[in-house]
Amino acid sequence: MPTVSVGRDRLYAALGRTYTQEEFEEVCFSFGIELDDVTTEKAIIRKEKHLDAEVEEDEEVIYKIEVPANRYDLLCLEGLAQALRVFSREEEIPTYKLANISKESMIKMHVKPETSSIRPHVVCAVLRGVTFTEASYNSFIDLQDKLHQNMCRRRTLVAIGTHDLDTLQAPFTYEALPSSSINFVPLKQVKSFRADELIEFYRSDLKLKKFLHIIENSPVFPVLYDHNRIVLSLPPIINGAHSAINLKTKNVFIECTATDLTKAKIVLNTIVTAFSAYCERKFEIEPVEVIYSDGKLYVYPDLSIYNMDVSLSYVNGTIGVSLEAEEVTDLLNRMQLRAEQSVSGDITVFVPPTRSDILHPCDVMEDVAIAYGYNNIPKRSPASLKPLALNELTDHIKLEIAMTGFTEVLTFILGSWRENFAMVNRKDDKSKAVVVGNPRSSDFELVRTSLMPGVLKTIGHNKDHPKPIKIFEVGDIALLDERKDVGARNQRQLAALFCGSSSGFELIHGLVDRVMEAIGAAFVPISDHTGYFIQPSDEPEFLPGRQASIIYKGKHIGTFGIVHPEVLNNFDIPDPCSFVELNVESLL
Amino acid sequence: MAEDAILGYLEKNDHISDSGQFAAERRIDHNEIVNVIKSLHGFKYVDAQDIKRETWVLTDEGKAYTATGSPEVQLFLAIPPEGISKEELQKKLDLSVFKIGCAQAAKNKWVEMGKQLVTRKIQHVDDKVKDLLLQIQEGQAINQDDIKALKARKLIVPQTWKGYSVKKGPNYAPKRKKVATDLTRENLQRGDWKEIEFKEYNFTAKGLPTEGGHLHPLLKVRQQFKDIFRQMGFEEMPTNNYVESSFWNFDALFQPQQHPARDSHDTFFLQAPSTTKELPEDYVQRVKQIHESGGYQSRGYGYDWKREEADKNILRTHTTAVSSRMLYLLAQKPFAPKKYYSIDRVFRNEAVDRTHLAEFHQIEGLVCDRGLTLGDLLGVLHEFFARLGMSKLRFKPAYNPYTEPSMEIFSYHEGFGKWVEVGNSGMFRPEMLLPMGLPEDVRVIAWGLSLERPTMILYGIDNIRDLFGHKVDLGLIKRNPICRLGL
Repeated sequence: MPTVSVGRDRLYAALGRTYTQEEFEEVCFSFGIELDDVTTEKAIIRKEKHLDAEVEEDEEVIYKIEVPANRYDLLCLEGLAQALRVFSREEEIPTYKLANISKESMIKMHVKPETSSIRPHVVCAVLRGVTFTEASYNSFIDLQDKLHQNMCRRRTLVAIGTHDLDTLQAPFTYEALPSSSINFVPLKQVKSFRADELIEFYRSDLKLKKFLHIIENSPVFPVLYDHNRIVLSLPPIINGAHSAINLKTKNVFIECTATDLTKAKIVLNTIVTAFSAYCERKFEIEPVEVIYSDGKLYVYPDLSIYNMDVSLSYVNGTIGVSLEAEEVTDLLNRMQLRAEQSVSGDITVFVPPTRSDILHPCDVMEDVAIAYGYNNIPKRSPASLKPLALNELTDHIKLEIAMTGFTEVLTFILGSWRENFAMVNRKDDKSKAVVVGNPRSSDFELVRTSLMPGVLKTIGHNKDHPKPIKIFEVGDIALLDERKDVGARNQRQLAALFCGSSSGFELIHGLVDRVMEAIGAAFVPISDHTGYFIQPSDEPEFLPGRQASIIYKGKHIGTFGIVHPEVLNNFDIPDPCSFVELNVESLL
Repeated sequence: MAEDAILGYLEKNDHISDSGQFAAERRIDHNEIVNVIKSLHGFKYVDAQDIKRETWVLTDEGKAYTATGSPEVQLFLAIPPEGISKEELQKKLDLSVFKIGCAQAAKNKWVEMGKQLVTRKIQHVDDKVKDLLLQIQEGQAINQDDIKALKARKLIVPQTWKGYSVKKGPNYAPKRKKVATDLTRENLQRGDWKEIEFKEYNFTAKGLPTEGGHLHPLLKVRQQFKDIFRQMGFEEMPTNNYVESSFWNFDALFQPQQHPARDSHDTFFLQAPSTTKELPEDYVQRVKQIHESGGYQSRGYGYDWKREEADKNILRTHTTAVSSRMLYLLAQKPFAPKKYYSIDRVFRNEAVDRTHLAEFHQIEGLVCDRGLTLGDLLGVLHEFFARLGMSKLRFKPAYNPYTEPSMEIFSYHEGFGKWVEVGNSGMFRPEMLLPMGLPEDVRVIAWGLSLERPTMILYGIDNIRDLFGHKVDLGLIKRNPICRLGL
């Protein structure tokens, strides 16, 4: 996206009001431009020279504003300020017109056929009675630079020359001649150069050397002369010194030579519309007649309005709103598009020469949407599915544990009272377990309150499996809960067990660390409630002194330790085991 | 033995007031007692308090005299009752013993150093120096004057003595259990686990780091994005084709041939294979026409469209190249609505810095259906970004050659306290869709973002090269948490 640098105070003066930076940013956001940077001229120079100087109080604040790449009309302060004034309804859309002069008194540009082999097109215009200030003059030069960089594709497609018309005499000719036959004093030089020597001279010129390739290998160079054979310019390289414009220039002759005629016309229109505001007759541009050797005549600039019919239903149907035709035309006016309701009830848009970006009714529709406000358009939500966060998190954690070398087991929810309590050294205080009333066998007496019995039973039945064994299970237990309508709730638990020739306590401890790391919890000092820490615990299913609690965000979420040898014995496990069980829901 | 002595003594007595004395009484080396006390203290069998004392120890010279007697006594005993000449006496003794002995014996007035003979002045002497040295060696106290004298003769030097006073600790038992670091199979088999004393755990340190594999953080985020798309009913587009023609990458998208993005500054053109071999010719003609002179209600760009430009092969600059192929294919069949997504590598000929790489991942989603509106686009974007945890969105008008309207997506970042751009979106231009042959009322809404940027925000990474590429720290990949996008 191109960036335009404008003086803040000058911009506010042109807008007729001041803004706080936040207010201005809001206006930019809704219009589709962006305040990219706030700096000062001196700061830019300091940055270029890598200096660290004190910031002076009186430095002029520069706003660097990013504009859409297809809005050439916004590439200078004049165009930008006008667009924003019209957008906020502080100004009417200007009407640009050609000066009403007779065909005879019109300035003429004769195009020689040789130009067709190198740079076939030229378009011209005149700004009469211009009053430049230093600021507007600089803006005029900057705009040409911006256009050269952007639309003109570094002068390959279009090159702009601006001249003090009072130093020249019409008619002009646009020719293509061997470089050795062109002699002139180029801009910023005092001595005359032959064109081929000039090319060599500019090879060391940092700015101009980039453009030499466009013509240097051509047998003929494009060149513009006035009636007295004074060179206006050697496009796309340099203008002549003779016709250079300055602050006092009143009448400006503009020529754009090009390989792309469409772009040349847009470039010319962009310049003359923006700066006709400084003409004696505001928004009036004097046309120039371009005459080709085959006799074809064209009058430039082409300020013709392009009429585009846009159906109201298309606008409403595409944006997703129901606006009346008047509302649409009103919104379009704010975007500098004059529009009216046609007899058929649809909209006719009069696309001005400044708005070369309008190619299709969809561009008009977009401007309606911008003026209406993107953020005011009612949303229509698509049908879609929402995953359950708990199950998503469970799946992620399961994968992480499996990736550390643990194998998943899936055990039964139902079990016997003995294995759920007595066999794991736990007391039944009747406050926890959901108890089955009609168990067919002791295996279905209750709903597990821990994953431990199922995991230990798995080890007990896999005595012959090579050691060590590393298994885990993530699943629900059920707990009595008075707050629930049915008096019980599920709770998602994670359990993991190591069984080997020694207990593997530190390995299970390491797994706890990995699970906590995986959910993004930091290991913190004891009593710190921002992450997790480990402290000794005293649970009957584990060996005393060989067990610990996991405290996460100040809450006890689980325990790990060496399984008590009595418990191992109860499950007929001959090898030491370490086990962890924690509440997954507390990690959510 | 020392351990039994201490634990046994404490079984019947309250405390040991001085480990030094305790050791001396039992003729056990004090150092051994100290080591046992330290160990018992560590396991809380006993509670030990430091005792410090200034004591005197014998120098090597002092130690020698405890065996041989002091030089003055040696000298005295070497003098026969009749006396002896100095020369003879000297021959009987070491030179140093003779010298010191003469000086001390004379000082004590034990001998007469005559000119002819050295004679005894008294008949009997006691070796007081030897006795004092022996007393000191045994740790007995002696009076200060004697200390001074011995110190002056460099027979003793001061030393700080360290010992303990000891009483029962919380884990006191008359006999220590075995100390172990872990419970083993043998412990279970022998049944001695009940007696085992374990070394205490240090829970301020982490456990043993787990071993195993880890997935790449960026691809974990990609998986999460894939899940989100699938939950929203989107189908994945085949993006396994890095080499693309300019035609599908640009021209089909109504991106004019002079567009800056098509410069070599931005795009990687290919030397081999330099051009594409085949394009759908009738479609190419419609694309050429829409660029040059318009059609389908468009004015076109008004320039000479060149086939050579379209034929140039490139590394795709966006996955939208694939979208254009997919939409073209869709248009060749009777119309059916589609929701497509892709997440894959794209290439830009850009300078590499903290936030830019020459290749990165683009996430793209598109919906193709009749009668879609901007309201649908806003809706689908809110739905999509809410699942990433971004529920506060707003949209800025923007420009993009193949979408109209175009909207930049901004999300309010609570951490940064400001609106940040998170993606781009829009409705594909009719100039792109209609030449493909899609029905006129079919609209396509689409959005795109990079995979890297949200990942960097998610994991707090500020240099893209720390996230992606060969310079990435493997430790970061291993430490990386699960992707909790929307979780």
